[in-house]
Amino acid sequence: MVVTTSWYLALGAVLFSIGAVGLLTRRNPLVMFMCVELMLNAVNLTFVSLGAELGDLGGQLSVFFVLVVAAAEVVVGLGIIVAIMRRRQGATADDLSVLGG
Amino acid sequence: MLDLVWLIPSLPLAGFLVLTFGGKRLGEPWAGWLATGAMAGSFLATVGVFLDLAGRDVQDRRAVTTLFEWMPAGDLRVDVGFLADPLSLTMCLFITGVGALIHLYSVGYMHGDGEFPRFFTYLNLFAFSMLILVLGDNLLLTFLGWEGVGACSYLLISFWFTDEANATAGKKAFVTNRIGDWGFMVAIFMTFFTFGSVAYVDVLDTTAAGTVAQSTATFIAVMLFVGAIGKSAQFPLYLWLPDAMAGPTPVSALIHAATMVTSGVYLLTRVNPIIADAADWVPTMIAWTGAGTALFAATIAVAQRDIKKVLAYSTVSQLGYMFLAVGCGAYVAAVFHMVTHAFFKALLFLGSGSVIHGMDGDQDMAHYGGLRRFMPITAGTFIIGWLAIAGVPPFAGFWSKDEILAFAWNESPLLWAVGLVTAVLTAFYMTRQVVLTFFGRHRFADPRSDEVDAVWAARLAGADEGVEAARAAVVDAETALEVRRGAATAADEAAVTEAEGVLSAAVDALTVAEAAVADVRAAADVRPDLPALALAGAPDVGAVADELPDAVADRAAHHPHESPWTMAFPLVVLAGLSVLGGLVQLPFSSSTKRLEHWLEPTLFHNEVHLSIGAGTLWVLAVIAVAGGAVGIAVAVAAYGQRRIDHTAFERPILAEAWRFDRKVSDFMGGPGRTGFDATAAFDRKVVDGAVEGMATLVRREAGLLRRFHNGLVRTYAVGIGLGAVGLVLWFLSRSSF
Amino acid sequence: MEAFVFFASAAIVLTGAVGVLTSRNPVHAALFLVQTLFGVAVLFVLQDATFLAAVQVIVYAGAVVILFLFVIMLLGVDRAENLGVEPIVGQRPLAAVIGASLMGMLLTLLLVATDGPTGAPGRTAPLGDAGDNTRRLGEALFTGHVFAVELTALLLTVAVVGAVVLARTVKGPMQPLPVVVVATSTEPADADAGPDTAADEESEEAGGA
Repeated sequence: MVVTTSWYLALGAVLFSIGAVGLLTRRNPLVMFMCVELMLNAVNLTFVSLGAELGDLGGQLSVFFVLVVAAAEVVVGLGIIVAIMRRRQGATADDLSVLGG
Repeated sequence: MLDLVWLIPSLPLAGFLVLTFGGKRLGEPWAGWLATGAMAGSFLATVGVFLDLAGRDVQDRRAVTTLFEWMPAGDLRVDVGFLADPLSLTMCLFITGVGALIHLYSVGYMHGDGEFPRFFTYLNLFAFSMLILVLGDNLLLTFLGWEGVGACSYLLISFWFTDEANATAGKKAFVTNRIGDWGFMVAIFMTFFTFGSVAYVDVLDTTAAGTVAQSTATFIAVMLFVGAIGKSAQFPLYLWLPDAMAGPTPVSALIHAATMVTSGVYLLTRVNPIIADAADWVPTMIAWTGAGTALFAATIAVAQRDIKKVLAYSTVSQLGYMFLAVGCGAYVAAVFHMVTHAFFKALLFLGSGSVIHGMDGDQDMAHYGGLRRFMPITAGTFIIGWLAIAGVPPFAGFWSKDEILAFAWNESPLLWAVGLVTAVLTAFYMTRQVVLTFFGRHRFADPRSDEVDAVWAARLAGADEGVEAARAAVVDAETALEVRRGAATAADEAAVTEAEGVLSAAVDALTVAEAAVADVRAAADVRPDLPALALAGAPDVGAVADELPDAVADRAAHHPHESPWTMAFPLVVLAGLSVLGGLVQLPFSSSTKRLEHWLEPTLFHNEVHLSIGAGTLWVLAVIAVAGGAVGIAVAVAAYGQRRIDHTAFERPILAEAWRFDRKVSDFMGGPGRTGFDATAAFDRKVVDGAVEGMATLVRREAGLLRRFHNGLVRTYAVGIGLGAVGLVLWFLSRSSF
Repeated sequence: MEAFVFFASAAIVLTGAVGVLTSRNPVHAALFLVQTLFGVAVLFVLQDATFLAAVQVIVYAGAVVILFLFVIMLLGVDRAENLGVEPIVGQRPLAAVIGASLMGMLLTLLLVATDGPTGAPGRTAPLGDAGDNTRRLGEALFTGHVFAVELTALLLTVAVVGAVVLARTVKGPMQPLPVVVVATSTEPADADAGPDTAADEESEEAGGA
């Protein structure tokens, strides 16, 4: 059978949903970050698939930039997590609720 | 000269400011001279502006001088400016003129008072406010002056505020005025709503052009009328004026005779186009309110003993005449009477102040009598004022009152009848006042009923003491007898007999003392009551004539003195004006009706034309003079010649002013208070409750919503997720399958 | 052939994703993530995006995940997370709802809708074949999108500087995190002890270990 673009898009959708559920469910901040990475990957897959279908390089270009920015984001995010987690061993996302009203 | 119109109110204002900050240092009498100088300067400025305006053509006699923009607020634009036209200048002339004379008078009257500078500070402030009132070119500026004179009236009535009664009188005046002010304010709002402006030029010209709906004009006219009756002391808001006599006499003369109380008449005259456009019942209401008040006040004045209270009720009555004139469409007559009234009423008040000054503060006419020997100038000028107010030709009051009566006849014979009866009563009570004060025997040294009562009480007390002493003596004698008897031996028979003799003597003495008490009581019972007014001769005090307290003898030695020149000079000037004041509006021919021509630009042809012939006018005049003569004759007969019993006129209910004041107080304290409390409770619970309820509601809602902000990232992520789901749902709903 | 590769890669990707979701140990989760990234790289190759596949493996799998592992090891957060208890009330059901509905709706949109998402024909540059990919990508980047490249370079620099500043050790005694029992204070009492007890458990374990 021919694998059309829709299949790739469907896969991306499923991957995205799994990542979303993971983000909402897990408490360990690093694991939450990994779920974010899953979602980003799903998006990348979507971009590339659509770029291939439309015969345009724009999809891959976008993925390129997403990749770069995701890397920068991971750097900064992990820096923050390090800064917070050092203070308290085994802190989870639920402990960071000082901004609550 | 016309551009110096700003000088007219500025000089009293400058005087006020200087005296506020430096008054105490200036002290007596320079504070007084400064204030008088400010008023005199203002008068000269007024004369200058008047001459300028009079020299112009009739159409040009209206000049608005704008000083600065006061309130530019959206559609409302109110400027501070002065409207110099015949009406306002006429008012300014007598305000500044009579005001300056009264300032001069006060320098003499308030001599020795510890608060001398403060008095003149307030007087100048009052003059400033009054001038703003009449010169203002818009309703709001007039209202500013209106409130200003109300405040100054309060300050000046309660000038000697350490006496609580004076402070209360001041408060009463202010509060009663306030009720009228509400009407004025509503009228201003309505005026702005209707005309988009509150300036006289806009409002009056637009109204005169006839573009205003009758209902609107009626509403505004009625509201302004409410304000006017508060300020001009018409029924039922006249209550404050008699109490306002608690202030110093110059205050009564200036504020409550010549100027402030005429503000209401001025206001109604100023807005005559609005009254003309209002429903027909509005002028009728004004006329009947005036006439009714005039009659009402005149009846009360008949029975008053305080010299100033007579004049206070007289003022209320004369103001009623002015309202009657306004209601009959006779604006010129109203202004004419306002001017002449300013002259003779100020004269009468200042004269009474002179009398009070000469009598060292005693205001009760029962203690006066025969003062013309002691105070000739005061007496002479007072008599001129009396003749003016009684309507005796050719004095000023005759011309103005006659004019009003003619227009009243033109409107309705019933109104004329009320006016005539009031005129008779006016002549009567003024004659009564003059006779009691200046003629007849001098009653000052007469013993007074409280003094006589004290003497009789002392006598009775002495007799009772005698009885007590006698009783004690009897008891002593009895005990002595018992002692002697107890210690008796045959040899002490003589001592026993002696003691028995002492006892019997003591018993006799007791009998005598008791008889004496009975005699005193009997004599006290049959002693004659002192007459209220000892017109015939010194009251017969019976047996106690020799035991009167020293105060009586002191009074006998006292001689009332004439007032100093600072007080006498204004009296003379005002007397001259009262004689000559009629010249401005003699009804003989058009050329002598100077006031009418002068005021023409301000009247917008709303002056009613007399539809009665010259013959009727002569008849009415003769009847009025005859009525006045009757009043004078009856008063002279009752008080001078004692041929009629005067107590027939001085009924208690009149002396108590028909107990109206008490009814008002009872109502306000009873049902009125319930109403006030209910309103206050409504304000607290409903109005405030709604506002606070809003806040409580918001706070509760916020409290509920707050629970979503728990600070957890995951909760916020759920929110984002739900939002994303919603978004995709929307896209889903838009696509087809 | 292509279908077989697709399905195999899809399976790898999805198992890796589920693995990230469900592993208790964060190190396991990182490894599952690597699995997913590899699968995605294969899918890229299938689409002739060879350069991106290489970058994916080198940067994502090779650097980012390694970074994750470094941090995990550094901070010692490799303790197992107690997946059984969920302190926030309603979080799991809501997450399930969101996930399921997202997946469902997206799949519906993609597969069933007749006028599903389509894009306008691309205009950036024509897509070449697999061999040409790197050259074409490079050309497009450094001619038409050079400004964006420079900006991303700046972004990376800033990120690095920021990370260094954030993560440096500050001299002095360590202050504890503020303990604010706000998270579940408005929730019913049974969940009140949640975060604190969980945290206390973990800290006790950390302290005890």
